[in-house]
Amino acid sequence: MLLKIAGGTVYDPANGVEGEIKDIWIDQGKVIVPPTDPEVRPDKVIDASGLVVMPGGVDMHAHIAGPKVNLARKMRPEDKRKAGVVRRTPLTRSGTIGSVPSTFATGYLYAGLGYTTAFDAAIPPLGARHAHEEFHDTPIIDKGFFLLFGNNHYVLRQIQANEPEKLRAFVAWMLQAAKGYAVKIVNPGGVEMWKGGADNIHSLDEKVEAFDVTPRQIVRELAQAAMELRLPHPVHIHCNNLGLPGNWKTTLNTMDALEGRRAHLTHIQFHSYGGDPDDQGKFCSHVPTLADYVNRHPNLSVDVGQVLFGETTSMTGDGPLAYYLHKVSGRKWTNADTEMEAGCGIVPIRYKEKSFVNALQWAIGLEWYLLVQDPWRIAMSTDHPNGGSFLAYPEIVQLLMDRTYRQEVLKRVHPRVLERSTLKELDREYTLNEIAIITRASPARLLGLKHKGHLGPGADGDVTIYTPSADRRAMFELPRFVIKAGEVVVEQGEIRAEVYGRTLHAKTSFDAGIVPDIRKWFESYYTIQFANYPVDEHYLAHGATPVEGS
Amino acid sequence: MLRLTYHGSTNIPVEAECITPDCLSGKSPQEIAQLPVQYGNVSVPLGEFFHVQGDASDGQVLVEGDTSRVKLLGAGMSHGRLMVSGDVGMHVGAEMTGGELIVQGNAGDWVGAEMRGGRIKVHGNAGHLVGAAYRGAHVGMRGGVILIRGKAGNEVGAGMRRGLIAVGAVGDFPGVSMIAGSLLVFGSVGLRPGAGMKRGTLVFAGEPPTLLPTFRLACVYEPLFLTLYLRQLRAWNYPVPERCFTSRWRRYSGDFVALGKGEILTPA
Repeated sequence: MLLKIAGGTVYDPANGVEGEIKDIWIDQGKVIVPPTDPEVRPDKVIDASGLVVMPGGVDMHAHIAGPKVNLARKMRPEDKRKAGVVRRTPLTRSGTIGSVPSTFATGYLYAGLGYTTAFDAAIPPLGARHAHEEFHDTPIIDKGFFLLFGNNHYVLRQIQANEPEKLRAFVAWMLQAAKGYAVKIVNPGGVEMWKGGADNIHSLDEKVEAFDVTPRQIVRELAQAAMELRLPHPVHIHCNNLGLPGNWKTTLNTMDALEGRRAHLTHIQFHSYGGDPDDQGKFCSHVPTLADYVNRHPNLSVDVGQVLFGETTSMTGDGPLAYYLHKVSGRKWTNADTEMEAGCGIVPIRYKEKSFVNALQWAIGLEWYLLVQDPWRIAMSTDHPNGGSFLAYPEIVQLLMDRTYRQEVLKRVHPRVLERSTLKELDREYTLNEIAIITRASPARLLGLKHKGHLGPGADGDVTIYTPSADRRAMFELPRFVIKAGEVVVEQGEIRAEVYGRTLHAKTSFDAGIVPDIRKWFESYYTIQFANYPVDEHYLAHGATPVEGS
Repeated sequence: MLRLTYHGSTNIPVEAECITPDCLSGKSPQEIAQLPVQYGNVSVPLGEFFHVQGDASDGQVLVEGDTSRVKLLGAGMSHGRLMVSGDVGMHVGAEMTGGELIVQGNAGDWVGAEMRGGRIKVHGNAGHLVGAAYRGAHVGMRGGVILIRGKAGNEVGAGMRRGLIAVGAVGDFPGVSMIAGSLLVFGSVGLRPGAGMKRGTLVFAGEPPTLLPTFRLACVYEPLFLTLYLRQLRAWNYPVPERCFTSRWRRYSGDFVALGKGEILTPA
């Protein structure tokens, strides 16, 4: 089908288009060069005059599928009961919302918000099959996931034995076996130590017992492996000491440990705290130092993990962190250990405006958006659902584009935030073009998705059309049209077609010589047979797009 | 007064959330007969199960017939009076915020679960989880009064945070994970009363139960507040044995696996 989106005001920052009135043509799901022959008639025309046209949104870091997400759904019936529901229609399935929406609802809600691609940021390879099964039931959006490597025993062994080639081959094999997209590190070494009954790790140079390696080595070697494998996305790092006052030093050391290698530091808001873990009174923001470091180091990119006020569910591969949150809040807690590979913890959490700590977390997230100079190296995220739901993205847009609104909210929150962060001095306002960068163009580029986040010829026909409004939140909450692969899927909040997006995974190659060694590893230590481990193509029944790095 | 007479004869539960003075007042019998009730997995008009007569403009609703399979009567009601002449199914008065609900017969589980205000009287017995928190939630009843003449099942007052429950006898785990509030029991008590309670008062005026080892005797005394509570119960026509007014009471503190600011009172 040939679709013409006529006369819209187009924001396509990747192609240098900032608010130009132009037509976008989509044929067979891809953006094409507008035909010069006046005889060519589109099958369908969307009149976008007076409307804002952007590429479909890309969420590079969320938790939307897999074992821990499902555990969180089961753990919180009270959250589900009070939230709305998605009713069945002739076109769509029913679902539940709350802080962790059910699979079908996740797809509809992302699409309703103008997002057409999303990534789950933490899947233990052993849970990959489960994650793909949930993706199968997550309609409309294209999706993929990052695999947890930072506490995997095989990885730690290879680092210990100084076998970078075996490590590299293992990473490539694993990405292919699990159909994962990127290498994720969560609290490197710390999860493993805590799982073993010892204390969590608190600095880059503490040893992981039994493996005799340090977080610094884990970060460096996995960053190197991802680089040498030319993966589309570099190593994706959740640093040690998440959420602890004073952790900014750990974050800075992690950036240093990369020694210039490319890396993405995720939910950086949670890693930018000054102060003393034993004295809440000293809690403060350390964003200026860290943002300055990021500004000066083009090998680094970040997403924010913005905190928004309200009730949500914290879920993480960082088992000791969830235990810490449980002890602090006294609320219920799930812990899970994935053999040989990873950890997991889930705790309900409420962020309160009147809480000094929560309000400062909120301010720290905003400082990040406002202090990173290059919007191409920062992406919008709430670390859904950890800082808040992805449904809050329009609220973040409003906070970034409207400093008067931002100052109003700042007046409402705990007063000590004014002295402990620089937020009150920051009067930067995002432009619509910059919003288009941090919500689609930059995450797509950081993920190495050449066919996403822009509207040039060859790009996926994923387009979001907004009705412009001075109320930025309203504008971004309810897109006029959302188009997925050239088909109108949402019109003013109503689902118009139930299509299924594709699964994105990294295309890798590895030396087959590694396989007997991995087989032996599995036969020695895993409870699952080696042959049953890899996820085969049947699990990606809605189609898969292997993505190559460059 | 509005009179609803149940004439159904099904074993499948009927969920009638619409039967509250709030929802029914100002509607004609025809309109009321058209209100949806959930019957198994389908929605059907209320008239399929009830004869409707009169109107609820005075806030009074009477439900007659064997409504033991009808759920959610009076759920979320905020004012008026709902009277049930027979038995009633689960969730009666759940999440109600005001008004009065009177059940002449027996009630199912979850009577007044997570209620915030108002008063529920059950003349017969009640099921499990009276005034409790729903599964997953940690706060149950947050206000109001539940008076049960007969006995109730397990986990009465689970997660309760405020309000008063009086009951003839209870099963296991009365006041489990209680945050605050008062639960008075005049007959037998099952296992592990007050397990995990943070604050609040459990009064066991009948046979003293076996307490968990995490409760410790604090003193023997004559608490003035209890006399006031018992007098108020009598004022509400709740039967209180005379000996309760003259007894001295043992006060046990606990549960020390939780905050330990709760108390259990038994006759000395």
